[in-house]
Amino acid sequence: MSTSPQNAYPAAVPTGPRTGVRANVFHGKPASSVTTFPLRPASEMVVPKVALEGISLSYKTTSGDRLLALDNISLEVKPGEFLCIVGPSGCGKSTLLHLIAGLQPQTSGKVLVDGTPVSGPGTDRILIFQELGLFPWLTVGGNVEFGMKMKNVDKAEREEKVQYYLRLVHLLKFRDSYIHQLSGGMRQRVALARALAPEPDVLLMDEPFAALDAQTRDLLHDELERIWAETGRTIIFVTHNVREAVRLGDRVALMTFRPGRVKQEFSVNLPRPRHMEQTDVARTAGDILDCLRDEIDKSLEVEYADEKVR
Amino acid sequence: MKKFAKQVIFYSALLGIWVLVAKLRIWPPYLFPPPWGVGHALWDGFADHSFWIGIAVTMKRMLIGYSLSVVLGMILGLAVSSNKFLEETLGGLLVSLQSLPSICWIPLAVLWFGLTEKAILFVVLMGSLLSVTIAMEDGRKQMPKIYGMAGRNLGASGFHLFWSVLLPASLPFIVNGMKQGWAFAWRSLIQAEMIFLSLGLGQLLMMGRDLSDMSQVMAVMILIIILGYAVDGLIFRTMERRLQEKYGLTPA
Repeated sequence: MSTSPQNAYPAAVPTGPRTGVRANVFHGKPASSVTTFPLRPASEMVVPKVALEGISLSYKTTSGDRLLALDNISLEVKPGEFLCIVGPSGCGKSTLLHLIAGLQPQTSGKVLVDGTPVSGPGTDRILIFQELGLFPWLTVGGNVEFGMKMKNVDKAEREEKVQYYLRLVHLLKFRDSYIHQLSGGMRQRVALARALAPEPDVLLMDEPFAALDAQTRDLLHDELERIWAETGRTIIFVTHNVREAVRLGDRVALMTFRPGRVKQEFSVNLPRPRHMEQTDVARTAGDILDCLRDEIDKSLEVEYADEKVR
Repeated sequence: MKKFAKQVIFYSALLGIWVLVAKLRIWPPYLFPPPWGVGHALWDGFADHSFWIGIAVTMKRMLIGYSLSVVLGMILGLAVSSNKFLEETLGGLLVSLQSLPSICWIPLAVLWFGLTEKAILFVVLMGSLLSVTIAMEDGRKQMPKIYGMAGRNLGASGFHLFWSVLLPASLPFIVNGMKQGWAFAWRSLIQAEMIFLSLGLGQLLMMGRDLSDMSQVMAVMILIIILGYAVDGLIFRTMERRLQEKYGLTPA
């Protein structure tokens, strides 16, 4: 769309679809589409959906020392935003999700959802565990229905939503199957439907696709992106795979190794839908990976050192 | 079917050897009866109702004693597994008590309750309570923690969490505990009945000894085997198999 004199009156005449404007912004940054922020994004007017304020967590190890797992983490996630958290194994990124889910208390700091401190689990934030934790004694439908039952949603509505969410993840046909009868990718989708059914505002995902083969994972990336766009949920997605983070996230937060801190945040301004193999995804991932490398080295050092002691 | 054929051959051979040894008359028939002698004793026992009564009395005790021990064992197992203090104190005591054969409780039972029904039930209870408790406790510990977390995450708490998540998650362990408890209760009961004047199968066994009637002894032994095996094999194993299928625990 070429510039015209009417554009001088933005209030009166719309200049075109919003996406077009965004696309222009992307094209304006040819070299790298990563913008790095010192530590926090510029604060905005919107109340963040999830805000972490100075979260720290320490615990006693078996040898009796205190280990600082998370150190003064502050993060803000906007409503509807897709935030990815990456870091080396052992940096406490899963633990951070457990804290947000309210399954575990932090040593200090606050988790705020819509400005209200979290004091326990709640169906406004649902976590998809790395191991999924689907209930083997329930059918696929029963699993999806579970959260709604706990919320005392009436039967007719539950029925309708089980249908809706199973259709969303393409598993309606498997409604009466048991979990062990499904493949890995199908189980992931059941977990997704189960988490979505109670309609949480925030979806927390803990390396949900780590154990899948590349094809299945790519497929689920597409589905997750579509579902995210359709349902408008806020997603916090933890992974150790930087490319996956860039593929999915609006923003990527990088965590340090022991104690876990937020080292840097990157916003990913690539147009959607994205693809893991895209060159700009790879390039962006490369930039983040450079920053992550030190942390990976540190984590390996500690792991090898543990080995030597033994 | 192949397995069935093997079993037929095996049992026919066993029966054949039995007939042969009996025919050789190494021992007099009242010490080593032939199979038809035992068959006769079985027939007579059922004909004069003494076996029916024995089975009824024994099964009734079993039902009462076993139900009691399952209920108490589950409560105790839950308590021990959910309380650190109880686990470190009572838990250890329970494990050490389990090394005590249940027949050792008989003197104590007789002194406390006399030669009564209560004394027999007490022995059955002590025999199976511990194994149910320990199985429950183990089950709670072995149950993957993820289910409890997933349940809480989806909004379950309190009674709902217990009833809809923790209980079904530990069901395979509970059934295992119930099965073990049954086996222990069965042994304890027959042992106790052999010592008391009790009308049960155990007493019928001892009566055979007192009358030097080996046919009756063997007939009752066969009854005890069949009854014990029937409950274990038909009820518990079916339950276990169904559960394993449903939970996907069967090796593929």
